[in-house]
Amino acid sequence: MIRDRASRRLPVIITFLVGLVLTMMPLPDSVDPLRPDWLAMLVIFWAMQLPRTWSVGTAWIVGIVLDVTQGTLLGQHALALCFVAFITVRFHLLMRVFPMPQLTATVLPILAVYQFLLFWINGVAGVDTPPITYWGPVISGTVLWPFVVIILSGMRYRTRAGD
Amino acid sequence: MVASRENSSSPGRIPALGLRLLGLIVISILLMYFDQRDNHLDTVRKAIGVAVHPVRVVVDAPVRFWSWLGESTTSRTDMILELDRLKAEQLLTNARLQKLSSLEAENARLRAMMDARAQVRDRTRVAEIMSVDANPYSHSLVIDVGTQDGVSDGQALVDAAGVVGQVIEAGLLTSQAMLISDPDHALPVEVNRNGLRTIVVGTGEIDQLLLPFVVNNADIIVGDLLVTSGLGGAFPAGYPVAVVQSVSRNPHEPYAVVSAKPSASLGQVREVLLIFSAPSPDTEAESVD
Repeated sequence: MIRDRASRRLPVIITFLVGLVLTMMPLPDSVDPLRPDWLAMLVIFWAMQLPRTWSVGTAWIVGIVLDVTQGTLLGQHALALCFVAFITVRFHLLMRVFPMPQLTATVLPILAVYQFLLFWINGVAGVDTPPITYWGPVISGTVLWPFVVIILSGMRYRTRAGD
Repeated sequence: MVASRENSSSPGRIPALGLRLLGLIVISILLMYFDQRDNHLDTVRKAIGVAVHPVRVVVDAPVRFWSWLGESTTSRTDMILELDRLKAEQLLTNARLQKLSSLEAENARLRAMMDARAQVRDRTRVAEIMSVDANPYSHSLVIDVGTQDGVSDGQALVDAAGVVGQVIEAGLLTSQAMLISDPDHALPVEVNRNGLRTIVVGTGEIDQLLLPFVVNNADIIVGDLLVTSGLGGAFPAGYPVAVVQSVSRNPHEPYAVVSAKPSASLGQVREVLLIFSAPSPDTEAESVD
């Protein structure tokens, strides 16, 4: 039973690891401001699909790891991702039946809230950052969202077939 | 089982979701508070940093592989050319080094005559930069050495041409360093020509630094070399930092606007030298007495 559960969780954990790699991958300076928030998108997807297993707790742990790798305040991304997971779980029933354009339109404000929280915490903590760089990831994340859903949905059905 | 329950058509509300969120938010805020105030959370950071190390290695691997591939497929003639160039360079450097050692001896003699403290040569260590993007909003990089190799917070990083930055977070296996071009970075320097002391701050642009505290009538001109003054304590004195690029004096403002170009090529370093500053000269002088 435990092994069964582990085998069902493993694919999701792997997606998070891949997301972390994509987040840390070096990009040319011209593209770097447009790097999407892969981990936030993954949190949204899994919290929407499997909210009982992957919700605020997972989001928090992912956020802490992100804080360490990015050298930000410990808890900054954790708080923002928690909040993202919370909003998603709240509306997961709605979001699941949304057609793709509407779902994408819902993801945009969630990613914006995520960036705003990061921006706001930076402001409170006195970290100086140009505000304009914050909105690139929101736009690129929204544009890439449908593709992420297509890729992850395939994985999700495979995990379901496992049990 | 869990998944099949989720797949049923009425998942309903997730129990105590709001409460969990509230708890986690409180924990996050507490963490941030303590992280901001002091370094009590260093061990936590280090532990998670070690756990994340494999991911860093994975991210770094393709770049490393490419450079390895490039190196191992270089043609023989290219290698010979490179070798010739390096040999010539080594000869030149060695010749200069001979002069340096005699100068160093002379300097020590003169200092002894003046009863000044002897300058100790700094110990260094080569560190490789990992191709890992840290925080996109700050100019920082990850190097492949950590406390295991004796790295500590605040240590200076230089390359062949000048100062690169300093270690801000020494992990067990890797460390994060801040570049001198980061807007949060300030560095005490002096003008090599006349010893005028000032401070260089980063601008957030990789090829520009700013000297915000140079008074209007200060003797500073375009082309002046700025070297570390050693006053801040973090950087040993005498390493080149930047060359003054422009000076504009406005009589209405108390300070001149001076910008400088970093000597080190911050954007394309692959290897850096970590400087282990010699034990503080003050304590040494005491022990001599």
